[in-house]
Amino acid sequence: MSGEGEAVVAAVEAVAERIESERDHLTDLDSAIGDADHGGNMARGWAKAVDAARDIEDPDPETVAKTVGKTLMSEVGGASGPLFGGSLVFAGAELADGVTPETVVAFAETYLAKVEDRGDARLGDGTMVDALTPAVHTFKKSIEVDDLDPLSALAKAVDAAERGVAFTVPIRARKGRASYLGWRSVGHQDPGATSTLFILEEVLEVAADRLDGEVPETDATSPTIPDDAEVEDVEADGAGSDGPAPEGSE
Amino acid sequence: MSVGLVVVSHSARAAEGIVEIAAEMAGETRIEAVGGDGRGGIGTVPDDIEDALVTAAGDAGDEGDDDGEGVVVLVDLGSAVMNAEVAIELADVDAVIADAPVLEGAVNAAVAATDPNATLESVREQAEAAGEISKV
Repeated sequence: MSGEGEAVVAAVEAVAERIESERDHLTDLDSAIGDADHGGNMARGWAKAVDAARDIEDPDPETVAKTVGKTLMSEVGGASGPLFGGSLVFAGAELADGVTPETVVAFAETYLAKVEDRGDARLGDGTMVDALTPAVHTFKKSIEVDDLDPLSALAKAVDAAERGVAFTVPIRARKGRASYLGWRSVGHQDPGATSTLFILEEVLEVAADRLDGEVPETDATSPTIPDDAEVEDVEADGAGSDGPAPEGSE
Repeated sequence: MSVGLVVVSHSARAAEGIVEIAAEMAGETRIEAVGGDGRGGIGTVPDDIEDALVTAAGDAGDEGDDDGEGVVVLVDLGSAVMNAEVAIELADVDAVIADAPVLEGAVNAAVAATDPNATLESVREQAEAAGEISKV
């Protein structure tokens, strides 16, 4: 149990380091369609989250997730605080029985549901949901239907998230600050989707390290997604709805 | 048996100012101001909102019917709404966010909360009626 807690702390450290190294990149993406604070806010929040996670005595996965979530809520600010942090606080409860393929599926589904609910965003709105949804669906299917090992499932999920990030570029943002730009948001990659991908990539690296496995090569030309009708349906719904007033951040 | 109020703004001073105005009409109603990012800047923090909710809810631990009726929350913009939602989910308090302009809604809610028969719903309704106020 404590080994799992330490693994989660290691993942938090890896994420914080990655976000810090991508700080300018994220800020550049955000300055094109938002208020140019995503990189700085996330870097500050994750740095504080590492401090908080390291301070936990005898860490277990649930406590680490909730502590990091709480810290992000307080320190990141804007809409990213409740979206990245608040969702983690609630999803963290799914790790009460440790980190197993089943608990991680539950964690991922709760996290996605919270982000969608809080941000009132759906697939196709040009937000972090576009990276998160295919990742969560792919991971769930890989574990529950395709019976893949956790590392392969996670690698496929990261691939799916990467395609999700690419998907935010040619579409018009319908939620978040970018939606204020209307058609001018087309052609820009969403910063929240991008940081979501970075987080997943680091989690994969740490998982591979802890499970003593190589990160499996996934075949991007034959993704898991197309035979997953659920994803296609949600996508169609998202693209067809004219959302109400955008959720602004401060 | 009373309804408490919480005013959430990105600015602590704005929240306090709104409460100052609403308190004129609030009688004995518990009304809490919360805002700012905790570092002296603009923003909102769920933990702070949670504390305000608990204070505004009153002595929920008391025996009998003296428990508060709950808390109506007035919010300003964007992430203040999300953070208030997170705080409500985390706090063990019966609370609702009024879909209302923050200042006018707070004043309306303060008046409505002084009604001896006030409920969470009646106060929320009055707060939301502030959205109809025409000024010119």
